[in-house]
Order: sequence, then structure tokens, then C-alpha cells
Amino acid sequence: MIRVVLPPHLRTLAGIKSDVELEVKGPVTQRSVLDALEARYPMLKGTIRDHVTQQRRPYLRFFACEQDLSHEPPDAPLPGAVASGAEPLIILGAIAGG
Amino acid sequence: MSKVRVLVGTRKGAFILTSDGKREKWDVSGPHFAGWELYHVKGSPVDPNRIYASQSSGWFGQVIQRSDDGGKTWIQPGTPLGETTTPEGMPKGESNKFVYDISTETGKPLTTHQWYDGKQHPWEFKRVWHLEPSLTDQNTVYAGVEDAALFRSTDGGQNWKEVSGLRGHGTGPKWQPGAGGMCLHTILLDPSNPGRIFIAISAAGAFRTDDGGKTWKPINRGLKSQYIPDPTAEVGHCVHHVAMNPSRPGVLFMQKHWDVMRSDDAGDSWKEISGNLPTDFGFVIDVHAHEPETIYVVPIKSDAEHYVHEGKLRVYRSRTGGNEWEALTKGLPQKDCYVNVLRDAMAVDSLDKCGIYFGTTGGQVYASADAGDSWAPIVRDLPAVLSVEVQTLSGSN
Repeated sequence: MIRVVLPPHLRTLAGIKSDVELEVKGPVTQRSVLDALEARYPMLKGTIRDHVTQQRRPYLRFFACEQDLSHEPPDAPLPGAVASGAEPLIILGAIAGG
Repeated sequence: MSKVRVLVGTRKGAFILTSDGKREKWDVSGPHFAGWELYHVKGSPVDPNRIYASQSSGWFGQVIQRSDDGGKTWIQPGTPLGETTTPEGMPKGESNKFVYDISTETGKPLTTHQWYDGKQHPWEFKRVWHLEPSLTDQNTVYAGVEDAALFRSTDGGQNWKEVSGLRGHGTGPKWQPGAGGMCLHTILLDPSNPGRIFIAISAAGAFRTDDGGKTWKPINRGLKSQYIPDPTAEVGHCVHHVAMNPSRPGVLFMQKHWDVMRSDDAGDSWKEISGNLPTDFGFVIDVHAHEPETIYVVPIKSDAEHYVHEGKLRVYRSRTGGNEWEALTKGLPQKDCYVNVLRDAMAVDSLDKCGIYFGTTGGQVYASADAGDSWAPIVRDLPAVLSVEVQTLSGSN
């Protein structure tokens, strides 16, 4: 199972109290994880990546295993520890606004 | 017994204020959608329990919320049957897909507008500024968005389709953002003519369709804006808000960046009615529910100083359709006040006497139950108020 950590506002929007656990078929990538996340929680479509371009929203970042993966290609494999469920993929709201 | 429900959008959530027809004691509920920006919350005139809300965030984008019980509970339109909300009360559907129509079949392949530097810039959806429910169908609602465009939903807010004739009518490449962004902030539906809609954009101007949105034309003749290269240009004016009294939909009142204006021919021409206002810069304008020549504005010092003039919060009322204005001050702070009143943050109820409401960037919502003669705060310490709408309800609602 893949674990995903969401920022508080998105947890509230989706009604999630803790980490999300997702079954991802095939390669574990940003795209496949977000596809699985949005399939389970359709209210999150458009809140993490743009509806049309599928690009990450500017003030969100992707972290895992103490690495910033925000600029990795969406189809690049995520770290093995994420794929195995040992470590979560962390979706983080940027600290911005003063 | 009539009731009044005031819908308040703020920088950090929505609040619902309710009172009986006396409008003296108020109940406050909220924050709904705490921490999110609520640019606009508005009820359907067909079913007052149907309320639409625009919830947005610089981080997470746009969400549309809907209530079918007067704001007690909310869903995202599109929520599957039987899954109305999560245990925390949050909705489960998807309702936030606003995609510009660039197809050659239904829209126009318009992709750029003018940017601050005069160059062309791609159209990018940012948020919904204004929601205008249909006058005849509770499931139909219009959305005015940034970057400026008009969208329509006919299924209660689940799916949105651009009314693409507006952006594609020809002047779009000349539109440019005002300081608040390039937003479509005003939508007025003509109750006497189902095909007629007025909209306004900062900074493009006002536009009208007479065929339900297929074709549009700019209606800015008579506007003068010294801050643009051609002060009387067809488009480019920073219109801040437009108001009408439903009994006279051909008469429009406008608060422009500078200048208060009126049109007696459905926007075909405008004349200035600033008269004796201490400053004619401002954002809000509204019309008395029963006296179509009685209008209200809140003068703001200047475009460089977005707060009320002389530290005094004064609503100005004209009973003559403009030019002759009186300051309404009873109950409002008359010293050391430096708040702003944003463009969608004034509304009127339809009781007798007419109630007037407005919210400030300081978080106060003021109400007058006597058409502006006297005022009292309903709440004093909300987050900055972005919008105020009012519903006048019968006892059964």
C-alpha cells in the first residue's frame, strides 16, 4: 500500500483524518499515485494539479524520503521506500504569505 | 413573519447571519469552510434554501459548494447519491472544473489577453469571483471568474461550461487585469428579458448580451478613464461594480474606478452622477429595493489609499438617482476608521423599510433597517469581508 500525507485543508476537504493508503497498480509514480488518490477522493481533482495541464499547483510540493521531488517528471518512479509503503509521499502546502 | 439571512464571504470562511424582520437581534453561524477564501455566497431566488458558495485558496484552487437547506449543510455538487457529506461535514463530489472553451466549433480560439506590460498573456483560470443563480431555475447558475470569463452550470453547480461568446466577441485581447486581477465580478440578469445579461470586468468594462450569451457587445460609451491611453476607448475601463433595481432593469448604476455613473438605456450610454460626493472613487454601489432612484455608495479616498475618506465611514445616499448625495453616518464610526468596502460587499433586503447591509475589510458587517438612516454592526470582528448578500425569507423558510 502506498501512503500519502495531505496538507490539513485537503484532509478537511476530503474528510480524511490521517494518512491515506492507496493501492496503486503498475509503476509507482507521482502520476499513478495522484490518479489513485483522485479516483478515491474526486473532490481533490484540481486541488493538487491542474485539471487540464495536470501540472502541480504552484504552492504545493511533493516530498518523500527527505527529498524534494516536486520537479521530478510525473512518470519518474518514486523512491522504493514509497513504493513499498515504508515511507509516505508527502504533499505539502508551501509556506507563503508572510 | 419575515426573516432575513445575510450571507457573508470573508478571507477565512463564510458566515451566515440571521434575524427576524425587525433586524435587531442576530444569530451568527460560521466559519463555514474555515481558512478558505469565500469570494461570494449567494442564494437562489427560486429556492432560497439553495445557496451557492465560491470557496478558493491560493494553494488549492477553486471549489464550488452548494447548500440545499439554507446553509446548514453543504455538498460539492456531483456528490454521489447517498454520500452527501463526510462525518466532518465536508462534501465528496467534484465541482471545480472551469476550463476555457477554445474549440473552433463552440468558442473562439482566444488564448491571450493584454498583460501589465502591454504584451499578450495566456488566459489562466484562478478563481470564481461571483456566482449569480438563475431567476427561474434553481439548478442554473452563472459564475464570473478570473481570468475574466463567464461560465454557466445547468446541473446545480456540478459541471461548468464557458459562455464563450463573451471572451470571443472580439475585444478580448485588449482586456487587462486591474490591481485585483482580471476578474469578471458583476453579473446582472434582466428579470424582464430572459436573453439579456449584463456583466462587468476589471479592467475591460461592461458588456451586454441580448440573446442569452451567444453574442455580446461592450456598453461603455460615456465612460471616461484618464488612466488609459484613450480615455473614451470602447474597452479598457476599470468598472468596479454595477447595480440595478429589478423593477427597472434598463436603468443601471455603476461605480467605476473613479466616477459614479448611470445609464437609462441598458448601458448603451452612460452619464456621470458623482455630484457632491467627497470622492468618487469606490467599489460598492446598490439600489433601494422599493425606490429605484435611491442609490447607495461608500466613497473611498483614492486608488492609492483604499480606505474611507477622512477616517469616517460614511454611506452616501442619493434619492434623486445621483448627483445629489447625503452622508449617512448615524451608528457608523466617524473617526480613526480606515477600512475598505469591497465591490460585492453591499446588499439590500426587500422588507419595508428596506434594509441595507455592507461588510468591511476590518471584519464588520453593518446593517440598517431604515434604508440607511441609522446603522448598527451585526458582527464586528470577522475576517476581512469580501462579499455580502441578503435573502428576504418568508416564515416557512
